[in-house]
Order: sequence, then structure tokens, then C-alpha cells
Amino acid sequence: MLYLRLFLAFAKIGVMTFGGGLTMLPLLKREIVDNRGWATEDELLDYYAVGQCTPGIIAVNTSTFIGYKEGGVLGAVAATAGMVTPSVIIITIIAAFLANIMGDGYVERALRGVRAIVCALMGCTVFTLAKKSVKDALCMLLLAAAAATAFFTPFPTVGVVVIAALIGILARRGRA
Amino acid sequence: MIYLRLFYEFFKIGLFAIGGGPATLPFLMELAKTSGWYDTKTLTAMIAVSEGTPGPLGINMATYVGFHVGGVWGGITATVALVLPGLVIIILVAKFLALFGKNSMVTAAFYAIRPAVTGLILSAVIGIWQIGVVSAGTLALAAGALALMFFTPLRKLHPLIWLVFGALAGLVFNL
Repeated sequence: MLYLRLFLAFAKIGVMTFGGGLTMLPLLKREIVDNRGWATEDELLDYYAVGQCTPGIIAVNTSTFIGYKEGGVLGAVAATAGMVTPSVIIITIIAAFLANIMGDGYVERALRGVRAIVCALMGCTVFTLAKKSVKDALCMLLLAAAAATAFFTPFPTVGVVVIAALIGILARRGRA
Repeated sequence: MIYLRLFYEFFKIGLFAIGGGPATLPFLMELAKTSGWYDTKTLTAMIAVSEGTPGPLGINMATYVGFHVGGVWGGITATVALVLPGLVIIILVAKFLALFGKNSMVTAAFYAIRPAVTGLILSAVIGIWQIGVVSAGTLALAAGALALMFFTPLRKLHPLIWLVFGALAGLVFNL
């Protein structure tokens, strides 16, 4: 049954993906293009591009897209459910376990080291994103303005995204 | 009604977080302040678990926050709410892909949205540094790891290995 196969294929990808986004492209290629023939490599890159510039999680959006192409609306739902189910199960188990051991002295010591590593990992993510998204001086200005607004004012995050979209449309319309 | 509020908050994040998992971070920081459900210190632990376990980062964090707030059903509610806007939008886009991809207004908007979202994430990451770097030891570990990830082939190391290394360093050196 197609929906079950979609669900299982994406559950497998969900289990094997760490981090999401770009890291799951090679995995998608192997499972979707090479093993199952549900898309060509070019199509996969198109879907991924759309997943990147639509709201939401890139990995999930890409799987929704492939599911829709294979099995319509129900296919999209099956693929999306497959992608998120392993996360929900694994995180729920770990969260329940961690809630019980929080507060222990040794756990707190280990967590201080873990938090420092999270700082480094997220710092790396920001650099990578900046390299990809900053194309000229206006981009640089937008990055700095958005960071300052979010850091120093209680202005809502949603508002920053909407204003940036409007600035982009006013500045670049017709030239893109 | 906690589930309704969770659904509303994560639906909003799903609708406005453009750029995937890391883009949900500024929203989760904001939610920590406006809802009082968790503090930024707890959020840092959630990020560590989400980075170190299988599954997309954004989904893992939504499940974790949802579970923290409302148990098993809270985790499911937050996750479903997060993916719902994308699901609907992707189905619509799939029908009109040719139009969407070549629309110059959409391209122009994204040209500006991407760096702005990077700025939002930068602000959230500075907040995380304020939480994570609390001593000379944690500063040395965070800065040292960042330098290694940036300038050496160690950048290809799995996040899980980095996190285990961090936990061991914390236990051994009492940072």
C-alpha cells in the first residue's frame, strides 16, 4: 500500500537524519532517487529548494512535497507523519528520562560542558547561514538590524520577518 | 486550555519560521519570555538533546517544548501544529510550482528575509552564549570548540560526538 510505504520510507529517513536540512540531502537521494525512484535528482533539488523558501522545517517540507507528488494530499500527510514520528517518540522518551535526573550534581556538571558545546554548534550554524544569505551591503544591514531589534527590543519576531519581506520587495522588485 | 495555547504558539512558529530548524530558535526564545513555560537555560538543554538525537532539529525542539509544557499529548500537539502550515502551503505550492518559482516578488522577498532571519538567529545565539558561558572554563570550551569546528576538518564530526565530549569535559574539569 502506497501510503504505508511512504510513511515507512520517511520514518527511516527521520531516524537516520541528525540536525535536518542540508544533512539529509544525501540520505534523501539514496532512499528516494536511487532505491525507490520516486523522483529524479533534479526534481529532488527543486523540491528541496521549495522546502527551503516556504515556512516551516526544511526536511519536513521536502518530504511533504515528495509525498504529494507520489500520493496526492493523503500521500503528503503520510510522508510528513513518517518524517516526524521517530522524533516524537525518541524525544518524548529522552525528555521523560532527563526530567527525572535533572538536579543531580554530576548531571549538572556534565550539562555545563554540553551547554558550552551547544554555544559552539549554534555559533557555527550562524556563520554558515550568514555566508549563504548575505549577498551585498543591504543584506548585511538587514542582518545587523534584525539582530539588534531582536536583542535590544521586545519587537515581535514575526514583525521582523514581515518587514524584511516588504523591504526585499520594495528594493528588488523586477530586478530579481 | 494548555493544548490550545501550545497549538496556537507552534502553528504561528510553523507559519513564520522561514529557513528551517534554526529559524525556530528566535521564536522559542521569545516564547520562553512571553509564556514562562521554560527558561532559556532549559532551552539550551533542549537544543543539546535535539542536536544529539535523530530527526530534524526543529521537530525535536517542538516535541521537547511541548512535552515539557503538557506531557506526551503536549509534545504531539506542538509537533502537529508546527508542521501543519508547511503541509498546507507545500500542497498548494506543488500545484502551482511553475508560478511560485518564477515569481519575482517572491524571489525579492526571500532575498531580504534570509539575512534578516540570520540576524534573528544571531540574536538568539548570543542569548544562548550568555546562558552557556558562565565561567573561564566554559568560555574556553565554547570558544575552543567553535574555532576547531571553523578552522579544522573536525567540523565534519557528528554533533553527538561533540556533545559527549562536552559532557565528559564538564564531568572531569568541573568547568
